[in-house]
Amino acid sequence: MEIVNTYNLVKKYGETYALDGLNLSINKGELFGLIGADGAGKTTVFRILTSLILPDSGDAKILNLDIKEDYKEIRKNIGYMPGKFSLYLDLSVYENLKFFASVFGISIEENMDIIYPIYKHLEKFKDRKAGKLSGGMKQKLALSCALIHKPKILFLDEPTTGVDPVSRKEFWEMLKMLKSQGITIIVSTPYMDEANMCDRIALMRKGKLMSINSPKNIIKDFDEVLYEIKSDNMYQLLNDIREFKKTKRAYTFGVSHHLILEKDSKDEILEYLKTRNHKNIFINRVEPNIEDCYLQIESLYE
Amino acid sequence: MKKFLAFVQKEFYHILRDKRTMLILLAMPIAMIVIFGFAISTELQNVDVGVLAPNKTSSIRQIINKINANKYFTIVKEIDNSKDIDKSMKQGDIDIAIVFNSNFNSDPKIQIVIDSSNPNLANSEMFYISSILKDYFQDANRNINLKPSIKTNTRMLYNPQMKSSYNFVPGIMGMIFILICALMTSVSIVREKERGSMEVLLVSPVKPIIIIFAKMVPYFVVSCANLLTILLLAFTLLQIPMNGSILFLCLISLIYIFLSLAFGLLVSSLVETQVAAMFASLLGLLLPVLMLSGMIFPIDNMPIILQWISNIVPAKWYISAVRKIMIEGLEFTYVLKESIILTVMSIFLIIVALKKYKNRLE
Repeated sequence: MEIVNTYNLVKKYGETYALDGLNLSINKGELFGLIGADGAGKTTVFRILTSLILPDSGDAKILNLDIKEDYKEIRKNIGYMPGKFSLYLDLSVYENLKFFASVFGISIEENMDIIYPIYKHLEKFKDRKAGKLSGGMKQKLALSCALIHKPKILFLDEPTTGVDPVSRKEFWEMLKMLKSQGITIIVSTPYMDEANMCDRIALMRKGKLMSINSPKNIIKDFDEVLYEIKSDNMYQLLNDIREFKKTKRAYTFGVSHHLILEKDSKDEILEYLKTRNHKNIFINRVEPNIEDCYLQIESLYE
Repeated sequence: MKKFLAFVQKEFYHILRDKRTMLILLAMPIAMIVIFGFAISTELQNVDVGVLAPNKTSSIRQIINKINANKYFTIVKEIDNSKDIDKSMKQGDIDIAIVFNSNFNSDPKIQIVIDSSNPNLANSEMFYISSILKDYFQDANRNINLKPSIKTNTRMLYNPQMKSSYNFVPGIMGMIFILICALMTSVSIVREKERGSMEVLLVSPVKPIIIIFAKMVPYFVVSCANLLTILLLAFTLLQIPMNGSILFLCLISLIYIFLSLAFGLLVSSLVETQVAAMFASLLGLLLPVLMLSGMIFPIDNMPIILQWISNIVPAKWYISAVRKIMIEGLEFTYVLKESIILTVMSIFLIIVALKKYKNRLE
């Protein structure tokens, strides 16, 4: 069952399109990821879907409610965690939670069962001011506050940006747990590795949807041969392989470079690199990941 | 209602935990009353006088003694020729020079030279010194038994000692409430916009009116506390009389506080950053209060256009009402016009502010 639908959403800021005709549908109970670089329009999607801003044109429905007409009803049923930490730094953990509970007219105890798996990490700091928490703790508190009213859909705008890898992993575990309780979760992230955690992802670029599918299928659709390549001089290597005329794309990936060539030119590039004095050249075919797919799809749009 | 109380509680936490703001909120009125009441005054004090008298006849000596006996004037210098007057004045030795002609006994002539680089001061100096001289001549003429000339008898009503604090206290009240209510409320609302918490509040079923009124309550309480301190200081420290009803004074102050709060709301709905809110409040509110409210410059002396503009400055009406009640001791019926104007202004502002307050981010 579809719980979120958007039809040709357009939003302009000045001359630039933040959203340029976006069509999305998200299913009930899904952990859905919006993947894209900065400026792809992820935050704008969130703001429109949470009824914070109106689109210039196009429509969107959430829980079968219109974002323009029924925003009051929508706001009762969604939880939203903005990209920036937006709780009150001068209130303690407990006071923040209590305040957001009363904003929705409930008490903390009523919905403690939902937030407890998250809140239990915070409980021993409950009298500490939110401003004095670590980044990971802040995220947990913000998530608790966004969940306190048992929303049907949870919107998380780049929740793991600026959070350490351990906390990031923990955070995704929590999202999986919430998903198992039947909450639909829509999350955006600039980290491609996190995309694998989602049921389905939408790859966004310049306000447009490039692809929407499960991470598995997106990887399956990668139809080129991908190499990883290393040599003694990595910086020079990247410049040289980019100059090679049969190179389609080349970019740094971790400790090696990823390289996509025109068909059957592997031997040719090895010869070429030898003439450029590269030593200890190592080249190996690898399986693509989401980032490779993103860049492949992106190259089709350029 | 429970939601509203939760918001109010949160606002109080914000204020009480920010020690610096607390200090400003509570100490500013005291500092202003003390500074304006004591340090800054437009009254005459310690005027230094130089005398140029070619022949010191007995009548000249009498005049000099009379001037010297006055508590505002001190004879500090005897000047020998008229060129030195300018020099002494430039050196700052004297503020006034009194010049007698050489045949004073047969044909008395007196010239008064005043440093009028501060015109207000010069004016009152001239007024004071001429009345001393007039006094002397009337006394002297009485001995010769001339026909009495017309004698004016001036009585300063309501402020017989011409204390400037009588003028400043209502002015400071007009200024402080605008500062605390408008500036602080607008900054605190805009802070939520800037920090992003407004986003979270908007994506909740809370009605904007609850958010807004909850912001007003703590500042309303703080302002009432300030009203109390100002009045206490004014009565005890500055010894300003309370000629009218203190109840009416509080009533009109409450209307004005509410109006200032509404102003703050309006500002907050128009700007996006705390700095902008600060500038808008200071330039848009504080400046008109200082310039156009009649606190410092009398409105009747202004060009007609500024007089018109002054009518939309709420502080003008408030200050005038406070003066009427506090200093002149008038009944409430005499400040009815002011009260009605202030009430209408507040209702108008609050409606506009609520209309302008957005349900969404933009």
